[in-house]
Amino acid sequence: MSAWIGDTIDAVYVVAVLVFVLGLKAMSSPVTARRGIVYAGIAMLIAVVVTFFSPGLSNFGLIALGVAIGGLGGWYWARVVKMTAMPQMVAMFNGMGGGAAAAIAGVELLSSLSNTATSSLSVAGAIIGSISIAGSMIAFLKLQGWMPSKAIVLPARQVVNAAVLVIGVASGVLILVTSNLFWLLPFYVLLLLYGILLTLPIGGADMPVVIALFNALTGIAVALDGFALVNGPLGDAGYAMVIAGTLVGASGSLLTFLMAKAMNRSVSNVFFSAFGATEETGVTMKGSLKPIEATDVAAMMEYANQVIIAPGYGMAVAQAQGKVKELADLLEAKGVPVKFAIHPVAGRMPGHMNVLLAEAGINYDKLFDRDEINAEFPNTDVVFVIGANDVVNPAAHRQGSPLYGMPILDVEQAKNVIVNKRGQGKGFAGIENDLFYRDNCHMLYGDAQTAVGKLVSALKASG
Amino acid sequence: MAADIWTALFIALLAVFTGYEVISRVPVLLHTPLMSGSNFIHGIVLVGGIVALGLATNPAEEAIGFIATVMGAMNVTGGYVVTERILAMFDRSKRKGGTP
Repeated sequence: MSAWIGDTIDAVYVVAVLVFVLGLKAMSSPVTARRGIVYAGIAMLIAVVVTFFSPGLSNFGLIALGVAIGGLGGWYWARVVKMTAMPQMVAMFNGMGGGAAAAIAGVELLSSLSNTATSSLSVAGAIIGSISIAGSMIAFLKLQGWMPSKAIVLPARQVVNAAVLVIGVASGVLILVTSNLFWLLPFYVLLLLYGILLTLPIGGADMPVVIALFNALTGIAVALDGFALVNGPLGDAGYAMVIAGTLVGASGSLLTFLMAKAMNRSVSNVFFSAFGATEETGVTMKGSLKPIEATDVAAMMEYANQVIIAPGYGMAVAQAQGKVKELADLLEAKGVPVKFAIHPVAGRMPGHMNVLLAEAGINYDKLFDRDEINAEFPNTDVVFVIGANDVVNPAAHRQGSPLYGMPILDVEQAKNVIVNKRGQGKGFAGIENDLFYRDNCHMLYGDAQTAVGKLVSALKASG
Repeated sequence: MAADIWTALFIALLAVFTGYEVISRVPVLLHTPLMSGSNFIHGIVLVGGIVALGLATNPAEEAIGFIATVMGAMNVTGGYVVTERILAMFDRSKRKGGTP
């Protein structure tokens, strides 16, 4: 009787895993991407539903209550949040997954401490899951603006962090060696603390790397929990977790390295160097900052052979993407081609600018990656930089600069560069931007929403 | 007993290559949905949460299993909705694309 139930559940897990892989695959093309997530969603729903029918389960009331609270809460929250808050939502839901993995490992430790293999894997899953939830929550707080987004550097942090990690992991080993559950307490507390300490010194502009890494870590924690579960009475749920978790761990790691490479820095440099906490000194700029009026910019764009827009985090903060779309439409109506130059790490999560511009309804055929568009700048009359700084800073070509070697958008090669910026401050990296002092560069000061709005009115006024 | 863990290890190795191959050529345009989508897929942790809570035999296990289930459920639904919303925008921008 219960054999066919078990076989059916296994078959469903196999199909679910297959659909996850196909769903991820579908996400490599914009045409099929949406189909991919819908299929993966259906597979997940079925996998969760059949798990209820696993033989030997009890506590159905609690399970239903937990699924209802978490499921409805997550659904509602993700529905109502603004698109501009997507980076922190991804961080938040990723943290939930890490927390769930850490908690499952806790249950395993409580229930099967006698099994060394299971317990060791649970300890490993708990370590990574705890770091992932605590780190993701700090990333969430920073992105949400409930905590300063700059690097927060505590004294002697390398030593303190290392000590917290070592003692935390040692407590985990003590759980295994002594079978004394007292050690669970320092174990979890210290690892959660380590996740916090690890993420505090990372500044806002490095968030694309951080979010991608914590996503990979949660995947790995889920896979480790899966390893621990395959020994248990319902081992097949464990296999599903191993495959899905490993899939995410591998793809997430790859994305993490891609992000770090886009800044010409290593992942460990992002995590351990407290980048952006110190400012470059001793470099004096030649030339001056030249402010410009919106009406002049509008006239310049109207007669340009082509306008390339390079957006950055400033556009996201000001939620100016709608105005930018209006600007692009007006220019195209006047026969001026408009393209968008997207740096891989512009914004706060991988692909952040693409999402915002898509939200505004800009066709993704107009968005170009750094490598695709860099050759076009010398033949372009006007480049309009909106709230981007470090990713267009030619200091990246100057030896000795902290940005040296970072592949940038070479906007300086255009005939005219207009930079929209709120004020005269430095970028996230704390480095003066050589670009702003170039002869061909003019500054359009003001909040991106207001500044682009003025350009739109000026273009409309000129007929 | 331990044979299960070795089996799982073989499976995991294959999954590493699958994960790498499947996404190694994803364009920058889709980095956000990819990350968000994989964020949803590790929501399979909910299945582990249900199993852990369903097999729990004392109040401590039940309490922690309950937390795992709530968090896992949040990961699944939140991850799905965020991804779906992001991809819906790409769909829309495709249809509305070009000059009006």
